[in-house]
Amino acid sequence: MTEPEELEIIDKPARSAAEIMAIAEAIIFVSDEPITVKALADILDEERETIQAAVEELKKEYQDREGGLQLREIAGGMQISTRTEYHEDVRRFLKTRPSAKLSLASLETLAVIAYKQPVTVPEILEIRGVQSASAIKTLLEKRLIVTKGHKETVGHPMQYGTSKDFLIQFGLNDLSELPSIEDFEDLLQ
Amino acid sequence: MEQPIEQFVFDFHKETAEISAGSNDELKLKLGEFAGPLDLLLYLIRQEQANIFDIPIATITDEYLTYIRLMKSLDIAIAADFLVMAATLIEIKSKMLLPRDPTAAEEEAMDDPRKELVDQLLEYEKFKSAAQMLYERNTVEQAVFQRGLIESDDNNAEINASVFDLLTVFQKIVVRHKDEVEMEIKREEVSLADMIKMMRKRIFDVGELNLLEFFEEMQTRRELVTAFIAVLEIVRTETVKLVQKTTFGDIFLRKVEVPSNAAANAE
Repeated sequence: MTEPEELEIIDKPARSAAEIMAIAEAIIFVSDEPITVKALADILDEERETIQAAVEELKKEYQDREGGLQLREIAGGMQISTRTEYHEDVRRFLKTRPSAKLSLASLETLAVIAYKQPVTVPEILEIRGVQSASAIKTLLEKRLIVTKGHKETVGHPMQYGTSKDFLIQFGLNDLSELPSIEDFEDLLQ
Repeated sequence: MEQPIEQFVFDFHKETAEISAGSNDELKLKLGEFAGPLDLLLYLIRQEQANIFDIPIATITDEYLTYIRLMKSLDIAIAADFLVMAATLIEIKSKMLLPRDPTAAEEEAMDDPRKELVDQLLEYEKFKSAAQMLYERNTVEQAVFQRGLIESDDNNAEINASVFDLLTVFQKIVVRHKDEVEMEIKREEVSLADMIKMMRKRIFDVGELNLLEFFEEMQTRRELVTAFIAVLEIVRTETVKLVQKTTFGDIFLRKVEVPSNAAANAE
């Protein structure tokens, strides 16, 4: 059974590791979202392992260089951005101000959803002790949370979980990077 | 841009919720900053320097009720949840005052009426701290910048629209039609089955369907609702997906490309 994808183009010159690194870097730079190793492999038409190695090498280069840019893994993909140390100067140049922060209630609701997902509104109420409808609406509008189906109990309540945008805006590669909720137990009681 | 009432800038490190004497307006602002009854309770317990595992219920309840009364006198809207907590505190307080029933079974006599509340407070506190962690993470993330806009950004950026976004678009149109006078139905209204057939044809002929425009084509409110249900049905049963190019932008129904291998095998 022929597999169309594996048609070998004879005379295709093998790329050097350096060239692969360079192309990967260029694409990561222009990508408007963190780009996965798989996506890079598809675009460059290379093996995933090859790309993975190139990306690791790139990461190391960026780290060693200690320049104004960093290359990191966020929301499961690679991203080039400025380093936090220089945010003041960058901000002055861009003439931006920090965007509207989330309210305390929204942050708490987000924390509950992040740690307990998928979670329903009554479950959030139980933990926060407050109706969170307004906070949930805000979080949905900001695309930080998404609906994740219904719970198979009486009333089929809607469940919520965090989105990819949540990972990006909070600098997480995946949910496992969140510290364990038990770490927040107040030892000063 | 419309600012929802809930949103105000809150700096964890500078502003903490507190009750303080001052001008009436200043007091109003500070009083409103508790994220809920549990937040207020934690604050009161801290203030009293009380042991959370042995809460002086009488004192705390009185202080809590004073706070509620203060809010009322300053005309601050009291969320129902605060009142529920007030009732709970009063109930616990009265239970603590009741003499232990000597005839009660051993296990029953051991139940501390405060236990449930303490457990809830401890659990809540964890998430309050987690919220602070998130705040700090977000602050760090806001200090990081990516490359500037590239021309192709508008074409590429597509967000998977959710039913929530769909409802928002739908609501926009319903509101627009609200003022229309219901005309006499002169022609036969389209049935759901026909609506679905029509939509499917358009999607597969063109590749995608602009839902905002599609909803606008509907003549009556009933047709509009039928169209909306048809969209939900198609999303559920067909290989289509909802996409949205910009936040709050037009939503499109697009057919999903079936991988060529599968298509080849199916023939």
